[in-house]
This record gives sequence, structure tokens and C-alpha cells, in this order.
Amino acid sequence: MLIKKRPSWALSHSEITPESVYLDRRRFMGGLVAAALAGAGVPRLVDAAALPVQGESLDYAAMPGFSTEEEKTPYEDVTRYNNFYEFGTDKGDPAKYADEMSVDPWSVTVEGECGKPGTYGLEDLVRPHDYQERIYRLRCVEAWSMVVPWIGIPLADLLPRFEPNSRAKYVYFETLYDPDQMRAQRSLFSTIDWPYQEGLRMDEAMNELSFMAVGLYGKTLPKQNGAPMRLVVPWKYGFKSIKSIVKIRFQEERPKTTWEMIAPQEYGFYANVNPEVDHPRWSQKRERRLPSGLLSPNWIETRKFNGYGDQVAHLYKGMDLTKYY
Amino acid sequence: MAIPLLPFRILVFVLSCMPFALLVLDIVTGSLGPDPGQTVTEALGLSALQLMIATLFITPLARWTHWSGWIKVRRMLGLFAFFYASLHLMAFLQFILGWGDLWATFTKRPYIIFGSLAFLLLIPLAATSTKAMMRRLGRQWKPLHRLVYPAVALVWLHFLFQARSDITEMVVYGLVVAFLLGVRGYWFGWRSLVPLRIPKRA
Ligand code: HEM
Repeated sequence: MLIKKRPSWALSHSEITPESVYLDRRRFMGGLVAAALAGAGVPRLVDAAALPVQGESLDYAAMPGFSTEEEKTPYEDVTRYNNFYEFGTDKGDPAKYADEMSVDPWSVTVEGECGKPGTYGLEDLVRPHDYQERIYRLRCVEAWSMVVPWIGIPLADLLPRFEPNSRAKYVYFETLYDPDQMRAQRSLFSTIDWPYQEGLRMDEAMNELSFMAVGLYGKTLPKQNGAPMRLVVPWKYGFKSIKSIVKIRFQEERPKTTWEMIAPQEYGFYANVNPEVDHPRWSQKRERRLPSGLLSPNWIETRKFNGYGDQVAHLYKGMDLTKYY
Repeated sequence: MAIPLLPFRILVFVLSCMPFALLVLDIVTGSLGPDPGQTVTEALGLSALQLMIATLFITPLARWTHWSGWIKVRRMLGLFAFFYASLHLMAFLQFILGWGDLWATFTKRPYIIFGSLAFLLLIPLAATSTKAMMRRLGRQWKPLHRLVYPAVALVWLHFLFQARSDITEMVVYGLVVAFLLGVRGYWFGWRSLVPLRIPKRA
């Protein structure tokens, strides 16, 4: 459904990330248990060949200008270490239980201050666009980070199609709410008032970095990563990049976001990556770039706006980012 | 009762070692996932809490089953709890903090403060667990070891205050801890839960 004719100028994913090379590397790593104990990090014994990149292949153009050259986080980590609280709070829960969610067919309701509200099938949303690959850093608010090759379309290409009007100051996003398919939504002791809600200021949404992902590692998104369609805003903490989106609303007032409603002193609306503002429970100065080792933890310094300051710092000119965290 | 004590003690010992053995196995086989420091820290903390709870179950179990064998493994369970708590703290310092940011971490973060206070309370308990210390402390030993009640409550707060959104696990552990303390209050009087209070000689 997400597969499209390949434009002539697009590279296929196998030209960019030869899967076999990538898998060979993992298999090689799997043998390095002794090295792990010697402090070289903790590779997995799990044979990477047993975990090929899942999903349907997508055609896309590589976007070097929007991509980091840093080493990518291996597919098996990107898809098995997730925060997707609809399926549980353990990092392994989404990979275990996201299969209970059905993503086909999928539709997204667009409403609010715009000229073209309505319910759109996923195909209708993506059809006019060519896919791009953007290799972004992903910085979780919990002080770990990954590097993920996303496939998708710029939000700045998608949103104008709904013709937001002059009262559209913010755009609100909502994740699927279906306790039958999302087991943790059935939890009696969750403080989250489902559905999960997020939002961006309109100029943030229209920034060139804002991305609507439909795939990763060249193929359609695994469910645990927010299939079939999720936001990626790489200069903000990961929880802003809302998954499995079913609603987009343009509105004049600033939306309240899920984490802000639970703990406003810990999670703000902006949630820009900022090493100068600690989370009340931990420092944000550093991050563990995954995969990290036990004896040689892969600490790196966290950068303001996750290193995307050139593209986004102007959005916050004159704002006190310790107040608007 | 006819349950032989030595095999029972060995069984409890082996069971108590299991979480540690499994962690070592995971480390050796590299199956801890991409963020092993965090995973190890959490696993050790959870084992420490579970062993504290196991220790607190001894008195009720002995009462219900009329078997004094339980009491014979209580010290071992308590020391295992301390062992896991110590490793948990070391793992946190080494793998999560990397020995940096110590001041802010231990003064500003409520859940860390709760955990640290709990650990501080556990130190004198571990230090006075030997037969010789029991003899030396005499009547003071029991009131001292009642520090385990505030300690377990602090550990629970430590656990609760790190919840992101879903507190199901914390509620379950909280109910178990409340039951263990409640049943003591019910049987022995609520004042028996107050630590360091030395009863007047009868
Ligand atoms: C000495 C000071 C202590 C420190 C600095 C400390 C630190 C931590 C940290 C950093 C975590 C992980 C939090 C997270 O990232 O979500 C944690 C979790 C935990 N700690 Fe501690 N801790 C301490 C003492 C204790 C003690 C004494 C116990 C129990 C006897 C304990 C039991 C736990 C439990 C049950 C968890 C939750 C594990 C899970 O998530 O399943 N901690 N602690």
C-alpha cells in the first residue's frame, strides 16, 4: 500500500545501505563475546541473520543534506528497544505486543482550522509524495539516543495539502486509541489519559526537519516503531515524535500534550533537547548512544537542539528555554 | 517437622543466587539489549526489593506453618537483599552516572534520596547480622533490626517516584509491603513497627 513507483532519480535502499554488509557486521559482532567482557561493549549473541529488516521495501531518495554520518543504531536495537507506552512500559514490550495492533487499513482524520478537513486513507496521504531517507539522531528524554534511517515525507509538504488557514497556529496529533489492540491502554493504574496527544507550533511543523515517517531501514515501519505513520522531530525529545497517528488538527490555541498533562514540571510543550535543563530526575548533559556497552558505556555529550541548532534555533529566538522547556 | 534443614538452606541459597547468575549469563552471552547499564541497574534493584520482601515474609510464614525452619534462612535472605542493593548502587554509580554529577544526583533527585536513605538504613542491619553481634546487642538487636520497616517503605517510595506513567507494578509491590507490615501490626501491636524502641524489661 505504501509502495510506489520508483522515481528515476531515486536510489534504492540497497544501493545506500547494503543489507548484507550490515547483517554481516552484526554476525561478526555476535562472535565477539570475549571482546565484550574485555570492555568492547556488549554485542548480542542473537544472530542478526535471524532478524532481517522487516516490512515492505520502499523506494526513496537518500537525503545526505538531511542525514548524519554517525554510525546507525542497528536495526535490531531500533526495533526492539522502544518506548511506546500503549503496549507497556518495558522497552521490550512494544516489540512483543505491537503485533496486536492492526494497521491496514489505516486512516487519518484531519480537522480544525483548515480548508480540506476529512478522513484520509493512508494511501491518499502519501500518494502525491516521493519518499526521502533521512538519517536523524533520536534523543530520548531518558538520556539515551539512537541514529535512525527514517523513510518518509517532509511535514512541510504534507500539511499544506489540507490548506491550514490563518487561525492555524498549532497542529495537534493523536495516536490510535483502541484498548482491544493496545494492551497497556487497559491498565488500571496508568496516569496517561489516552489517547496519546502531541502538538507543534505551526512554524515548528513547517520546519524543513519535521518529517512524517512511514518506514525505517528502507522498509515500512515495524508496528513497535509507530506504524504506519509517525512524526519525527529530531531536535526534540523522542516523546514529541508521536506514533501511529490517527488524527491531525489545526488549531489556534496551544494543545496540551500527554506528558505535559501528567508531569508539567518534567515535560514541557516544547521539549527541545537541551543539556542545560535537567530533567528533575536526571541530568540531560550526556546521553548513552545505543548500543552502549556495559564496561565501556557509549557516553556522548548532548548537544543543544540535538545538534540541529542551525536549522531550528531561530524558531526560539528571544524565548527563555529554561522556562519554555 | 521432618523437613531437613540443610537442603532447605541450600535451596534458598541457590534461589537467591539465581537473579545474579542470570544477569551474569546475560552479560556473558551479550543478551542484555542495547542499554545494558540501565538494564543491569534495574534488575539488581528489583532483586534487592524482592529479597527484602522475602525476608519480611519469614515471620508470617513461620507463624502460619508452625515451622521454625523459616527463621533459619532469614539472615541469609536479608544479606542477599543487601548484596543486591549494594550491587545496584554500584551499577548505578558506574554504569549510569559514570561517577559524575554526584552532588546534584544525591541532593536534588527525590527518588535517589529515598533509595539512598533506604540503603543507609540497611548498612547497620547487615553489619549487625552476625551471631556475635546479636549476642553483643542483646535486647537492642530486635529494635535495631526493625529499621527494615522504614527501609522497605523508603525503597517503595524510591520505586514509586521513578514511575513514568504506569504505576501498576508499584501498586502491587505496595500492597504486598502494606500487608507484611499490617499483619505485624495486627499480631504484635502497631508499636512493634516502631524501630529503635527498646521495650522495658518485663
Ligand atoms: C543507594 C542508593 C540508590 C540509588 C542511587 C538507586 C538508584 C536507582 C536507579 C537509578 C534506578 C533506575 C531508575 C530508572 O531509571 O527508572 C533504580 C531503580 C530501582 N531501585 Fe534503586 N537505588 C538505590 C537504592 C535502592 C535500594 C536500597 C533498593 C532496594 C533494596 C532499590 C530498589 C530499586 C528498585 C526496585 C528499582 C526499580 C527497578 C525496576 O525498574 O524494575 N534501590 N534505583
